[in-house]
Formats: sequence, C-alpha cells, structure tokens
Amino acid sequence: MPAAAPGPIVLWLSSRYENIELAQAALAHVCRLRGIDAEMEHWIGMAMREAVANAVKHGNRLDPDKRVLVRLESAGDELTIVIGDEGGGFDPERVSDPLAPENQLKTSGRGIFYIRTFMDDVTFSRGEGGGTVLTMRKDLSKRGNAKGEKQ
Amino acid sequence: MNKNASIRKAGEITIIELKGKITIGAGDLQMREAIHAALAEGARKLVVDMSQVVTIDSSGVGELVGCFTTATHKGAKMKLMNLPAKISDVLTVTQLITVFDVYPNEAEAIASFNG
Repeated sequence: MPAAAPGPIVLWLSSRYENIELAQAALAHVCRLRGIDAEMEHWIGMAMREAVANAVKHGNRLDPDKRVLVRLESAGDELTIVIGDEGGGFDPERVSDPLAPENQLKTSGRGIFYIRTFMDDVTFSRGEGGGTVLTMRKDLSKRGNAKGEKQ
Repeated sequence: MNKNASIRKAGEITIIELKGKITIGAGDLQMREAIHAALAEGARKLVVDMSQVVTIDSSGVGELVGCFTTATHKGAKMKLMNLPAKISDVLTVTQLITVFDVYPNEAEAIASFNG
C-alpha cells in the first residue's frame, strides 16, 4: 500500500446533480495518491455517486440553496467517505429490498443496495442540523474484492 | 439526437446505441427519450447496445427497467447486447441480469428475434 495518505478533503456542494462530478474528481485525486487501482476506484465511485445523488434528490430535494457535504479521508488501509445533507432525515430501515420479487421491476430503490454492496461498512446517522449523514468505509487491503463480493 | 443515445435500423430491428455515463440527471433521461421515441415510431423489436457505456448508476438501471416494462406493455421486445463487464456486474448484483435478454454481440441479438 502506498504511504501517501492525503489529509481529509472536504467539499460543500450545492444540490445539483452535475456536482456529483466534483465529488468524483476529488475521489479520483485521493485514489491516485493512495495508488488505488481503477477497478476498486470504479466501485467506490459508484457507491459515492449513489450517496451524493441521494443527498441531492431525497435529502435536499434538489434545493440548490441546501448543501451536500462530501468528506474523503484515507488512513492506513481504509478509505472513509462521509456524505451529509441538510434535509429532513432518513430512516434506512424503511428502504425496501430491491431483490424481492415484487420490487424487481421497480424503477427506483437500488441506490442504497449498491452502496452496501460496493463498500465494506455503511452507517447512517442524524446530522447536527437534522439531515442525514452517511458514513461508508472501504478496506483498501481487500484487493480482488473490489465489488464487495462475500469471501 | 442526444449525445448519450442514437438510433439506427438493422432490417426490422431498431438498435439503440448508448454512450458514456447513463447516470442521474444526464444519460438516464436521454436513454429513456431515445427508447420511447423508437417505441412511438412503431419499433417493436429493440436491441440496446451497451458497448460504449462507461458507467451506469441506480437511476440509469431504473430507467432501463422502466423502458423494458414500457416496451413490454406496448407489445415490443427490448433486449440488451455488448454489456461491458462492469455494466454486467451492476445488473448481476441486483439480479436484473436474469430479467433482460442479454446477448454478447449484434448478430446473436438479431438472430434471437427469429428464434
């Protein structure tokens, strides 16, 4: 594992879908510094994009005056990404299972499933201002398990 | 024509060629517009070429499912071909790979309509 570990990168983004690309660019920077391969970066990036999209759409309800926090920190063999919104809160227990037969042809409801699949640890908490804070971690030592398949 | 999707004909088969990111607020809507336009023009045998898709997110997957359902309700058949490995993985983990008819190339996709 390369030694270079950048300090936390913190972005506050206006709630616009196009700003997902800014978060992606910050992730690419961290991955380059940490020597994270393209395969793992792809799946971490997909999880992060889902989280930012959820914050913009469901958390802040596309209100450009509300912000999305993106915090990236890599230390040791771990990458931690925190995504926060300024919305009304979110109960992850109420998310339906996209693998259930009755949900298979639904047009939404897969984002959190993808986040949980591609990251190693995912937690939701209430932000100080009342929004949702999603913290997700990736074990960078798990080479060859980038998609999060169970070993 | 939009930058993420284009339409061409191969005999009676309509090929929807997707490009780039099929993600929220961008390629997802353009994909839907292209497929719905083809259906509105009477296409009933559609193949979506995914070979130039670099990434897809849950919104893009949802739109793909929605287009599949719309096509089915209109009596059309919508199939997929040339899935890059990462796109196939995204559909596999949500078990959608079994919902779609997926073919490795255009020849096999077209031949499947004659089977």
